[in-house]
Amino acid sequence: MMELVKKIDRVILAEFGSSKELLQAAEKMRDAGYKEFDCHSPFLIHGMDAAMGLKRSPLGYIVFAFASLGLLGALGLQYWTSAVDYPLVISGKPFFSGPAFVPIVFALTILTAAITAVVGMIVINRLPRLRHPLFSSDRFGKFSDDSFFISVESSDKKYNEAHTAGFLKTIGGQNIEILKDE
Amino acid sequence: MKLDSNTYKFTDKGNLGNIALIVGIIGLAASAVGYMQDSHQFYFSYLVAFFFWISVALGALFFNLLHHLTRASWSTAIRKLTESMMSVIPFMFVLIIPVLLGMHELYHWTHEDVVATDLVLQQKEPYLNIPFFIIRVVFYFAVWSILTFILLKNSAKQDIKHEDSILARMRKYSAPGMMLFAFTLTFASFDWLMSLEPHWFSTIFGVYIFCGVFISMLAFTIIMVRYQNGQGAFDRIVTVEHRHTLGKLLFAFTIMWAYMGFSQYLLIWYANLPEETFWYLQRWEGSWRTLSIILPIAHFGLPFVALIPQAAKRNGNWLLMMAFYMLLMRYMDLYWIAMPTHSPEGIQYSWMDISTMAGIGGIFIWLFWRKYTSGAAVPVNDPGLKVSMEHVN
Repeated sequence: MMELVKKIDRVILAEFGSSKELLQAAEKMRDAGYKEFDCHSPFLIHGMDAAMGLKRSPLGYIVFAFASLGLLGALGLQYWTSAVDYPLVISGKPFFSGPAFVPIVFALTILTAAITAVVGMIVINRLPRLRHPLFSSDRFGKFSDDSFFISVESSDKKYNEAHTAGFLKTIGGQNIEILKDE
Repeated sequence: MKLDSNTYKFTDKGNLGNIALIVGIIGLAASAVGYMQDSHQFYFSYLVAFFFWISVALGALFFNLLHHLTRASWSTAIRKLTESMMSVIPFMFVLIIPVLLGMHELYHWTHEDVVATDLVLQQKEPYLNIPFFIIRVVFYFAVWSILTFILLKNSAKQDIKHEDSILARMRKYSAPGMMLFAFTLTFASFDWLMSLEPHWFSTIFGVYIFCGVFISMLAFTIIMVRYQNGQGAFDRIVTVEHRHTLGKLLFAFTIMWAYMGFSQYLLIWYANLPEETFWYLQRWEGSWRTLSIILPIAHFGLPFVALIPQAAKRNGNWLLMMAFYMLLMRYMDLYWIAMPTHSPEGIQYSWMDISTMAGIGGIFIWLFWRKYTSGAAVPVNDPGLKVSMEHVN
């Protein structure tokens, strides 16, 4: 069972000067074996997924499965209502008339796919998260403006406060902060 | 075939062009013999083959207009390839002449005695008459050729020296060009394919054909990219990422084709009006029925499943196979649209269907390859080229 709300006690935060530095630092973090770290930047950086060593998201397969269920559900719903439970002749068509059902099948498939994508994204990202050590940093707000950050969470196997902070410094991190959940 | 790794010019053009030319000439010569035997069959086979190949060129014109209009960066690496494909359009004007000569056999609204007893065709006469039909053909080709010339001329200018104003000019012409393209393609499909059954009408027909046109172009591009991969210098410019994007578009437009095809069918099926339903009933006769059932499954269902995983779009050989398959499907769709007028009782596949395809296709590929290999394989001076080479999905 996946832990939906994970307890994070401490986070180390380091600031970087540019998107290029952030990308290189992420590669070094990956190569050093860190897993529970995140990069924060005001905009999308191409190649970041590979630099951080992120695996492909399983979301696509989940969406496909739920969309297929939506498709079958829409077919079943229409079959049940128009051919079994309350059959009505509509413009001389058979009770189970495939072509007339297609628009609803299409719409419900898309709807389930879209809802699964959004809900799945939120669940996989373990959101919403109302408290996190990062929120206690004053500098961190700049990530949505003009600054680049790497944060390392204490749940990482390689986490060692003194050692990790030193490592972040050697790969170019500045203004290193150790944040605690209060 | 070999590319110089600095200038991206062809040091060895390979023998694709020569083979295509020989196949083309043999195909056209065989078709000419067929014309002596059975002119009715010849004209229908020729029309399908002609539309199949001009689809590739028109799709390329659309792709280029879209590229400039959206200032796309990923497609700069394949711009020369798609430009060479559209450069065939003016030559296709020569190849449409047999269709014009065969109007009397293809389109029965050209028969005066038929029109005299048919009230519907009399009402449609202001549009469906021989002089106006020919004027429209000339107009379509004038529009397409002028757009092609403008884009090719500016592209050639950029090859000598880059100026930002060149790309700006291409973009400026692409905006009205896109509108003109939409109108001319819609009416060309009405004229050349829909008027085979002059009583039938469907306003979505143009969009339906457009989806097919774009599918043809994407499939042909994937094949040509794959053909050049493994040649060293070319691999540095066009990578698996570009093929992935082309595969995504192919997937998307396969769905769009089904969407349009079904929208057309649904309204006609639901309204159940005899003046519209007869077109589908015709395709429910004899062996046409089998083709009507196979078409949506083979043209939509199968490629939908076969192209949905990311791995399928990134696997070069799989995508190449799907591209060939989709070209076959495009042929099947056009055959299904045009041929029931020729043989209403059932499918009568003729050797002329193959010879006209080989004939026009050979000439098409020869002209395309001659243009493509005449200069650099990529727009070397385009500032977008570097971005395009680093394209990731």
